Amino acid sequence: MSVITRNGPAGALTDDTLPRKKTALDAVLNFFRRQPLGTAGLAIMLVMFLAAAFANVLTPFDPEENDFQAMMQAPSWTHLLGTDQMGRDIFSRLVYGARTALLVGFSAAFAGGLIGLVLGVASAYFGGWFDLVFQRILDVLMAFPLIILALAVVSVFGTGVFNVILAITIPLIPRCGRVVRASALAVREIPYVDAARALGFGHTRIVLRHMVPNVVGPFLILLSAFVGQAILAEASLSYLGLGVQEPVPAWGLMLQGGAEEYATTAPWIAIFPGLAIVMAVLGISLFGDALRDAIDPKLRDR
Amino acid sequence: MHFPVSEGVVLSRKIGDVKAVDGVDFTIGRGETLGLVGESGCGKTTTGRCILRLETPTAGQILFDGQDISHMGRKDLVGLRRRMQVIFQDPYSSLNPRMKVGDIIGEPIKVHGVEPDVRKRDARVRELLSVCGLDPKFADRYPHEMSGGQRQRVGIARALALDPEFIVCDEAVSALDVSIQAQIVNLLEDLRERFNLTYLFIAHDLSVVRHLCQRVAVMYLGRIVEMAAVDELFDNPLHPYTQALLAAVPIPDPRVEATRDFRPAPGEVPSPINPPSGCVFHPRCPKAVENCKRARPVLRELRPGHWVACSEVN
Repeated sequence: MSVITRNGPAGALTDDTLPRKKTALDAVLNFFRRQPLGTAGLAIMLVMFLAAAFANVLTPFDPEENDFQAMMQAPSWTHLLGTDQMGRDIFSRLVYGARTALLVGFSAAFAGGLIGLVLGVASAYFGGWFDLVFQRILDVLMAFPLIILALAVVSVFGTGVFNVILAITIPLIPRCGRVVRASALAVREIPYVDAARALGFGHTRIVLRHMVPNVVGPFLILLSAFVGQAILAEASLSYLGLGVQEPVPAWGLMLQGGAEEYATTAPWIAIFPGLAIVMAVLGISLFGDALRDAIDPKLRDR
Repeated sequence: MHFPVSEGVVLSRKIGDVKAVDGVDFTIGRGETLGLVGESGCGKTTTGRCILRLETPTAGQILFDGQDISHMGRKDLVGLRRRMQVIFQDPYSSLNPRMKVGDIIGEPIKVHGVEPDVRKRDARVRELLSVCGLDPKFADRYPHEMSGGQRQRVGIARALALDPEFIVCDEAVSALDVSIQAQIVNLLEDLRERFNLTYLFIAHDLSVVRHLCQRVAVMYLGRIVEMAAVDELFDNPLHPYTQALLAAVPIPDPRVEATRDFRPAPGEVPSPINPPSGCVFHPRCPKAVENCKRARPVLRELRPGHWVACSEVN
């Protein structure tokens, strides 16, 4: 009746086909090969980063200098993307605008995302009253659309780059915390978390080392969406006059100046900053999706 | 271990208890393997989790080496964690997929400060891998690159990392193929002899229990109904539930199987929220009499070392 047979001590399992250790370069090349869309996204982001980093070298004009001899000029070899109603070179303003967009977008998305990630996982792990109270606070914050909450924060703290970052960070925290908590609730029930508890690990280690890395897939998707949303929110705030203030070059501000009044007479004033916003958000989302797939060890070696 | 069942969120009121484990009483001697068997949902796993203090028991005592651990605080438990460990059922979900095998096994050694030196720790990890029948090269692999049996060996190596005295094997072989089961059971036996381990072996596969355990406790609906040395229990079951459980094991000969007289216990396992009065088995028991509905039977030692919770058996 017994199905068990004794064959002496269980033989050691050997494996001669262990792959050689992968270098970082292999990983990057692999990413290019398997994720063409992600590579395109990465390229767009790189262009943005380069533009932001070398803005002073790349631009032929001062982005804040008015030239009333050259107002609303169509694109030409002198002014690659034309000039606006103040005679400022649109190409130069776009390139400098990338600095503002990247600074605000990444700062707000990372700050909001990381705070939301740790709080969300902790909320799921500890449960009970902590979870209950924390989730109700998030409910209150979630009741406001992102831009409304950001407007409220800006009207309390005032405008300017740092306050805009703060204003966009705060509404992103609950959006991240909520999604992460849901994933973390599922992770908490997986036996490896029990194993970590049975091994006597501390709360901090279990949350940061055993739970956070296992919700990182959905988190990265969120984070890339957040960078896009934050860039968009910054543009909206600036457009509404409550974000970055003139004459600092920002894409939202450029739309504000040109969109309605000159839509037919000088469409380039609005089209190019609009395109820049679209490209930035698209590039970041594509890269984020691809990064998620590349980071998941289960999908990595297929 | 009772889990409260409540309604409402803020102003909740308790509407009952799930008595997952209710009045379970047993001892395990050092170096012994006690099997804990029963149907799904009978409280075997909860019992194991209480002993490991992954749950805090509602009432009762858990004595480990003479010390009551049932309400120990977090800090005091840390020392205990080194002495008792667990092997889980599912080799896929019991290993953190983001960590390499070497880190999974090395982490407890590092956290408990057993071996602060990185190179000695790596050597220890490799030694544990080979003790568990794996090539030390697996230390650089991720769990998803391994088969179920290999992963279960990693789980065993992790449990051994802190040199425990007592291991709860929670259905440790149930999720594996039969051929792999045999290997893992043999590994568990070898380790028991080599490191003088004590096991609580939770299982529903009776043939594995018979092979590995010295004593067996049978659980039904959160209670122990019978407990005896393994051969005594299998050859001479006294409780009607144990008899039904053993009769449910199919005979690996279709002709014998077709002709044998097999009557399963009628009905379903009742809900543990609202268990039957008296003896919990009485609605399904062929020997039940009127008194079984009223009096809850206690475990009695009917023969030396053979305990039965049934008032109708003598």
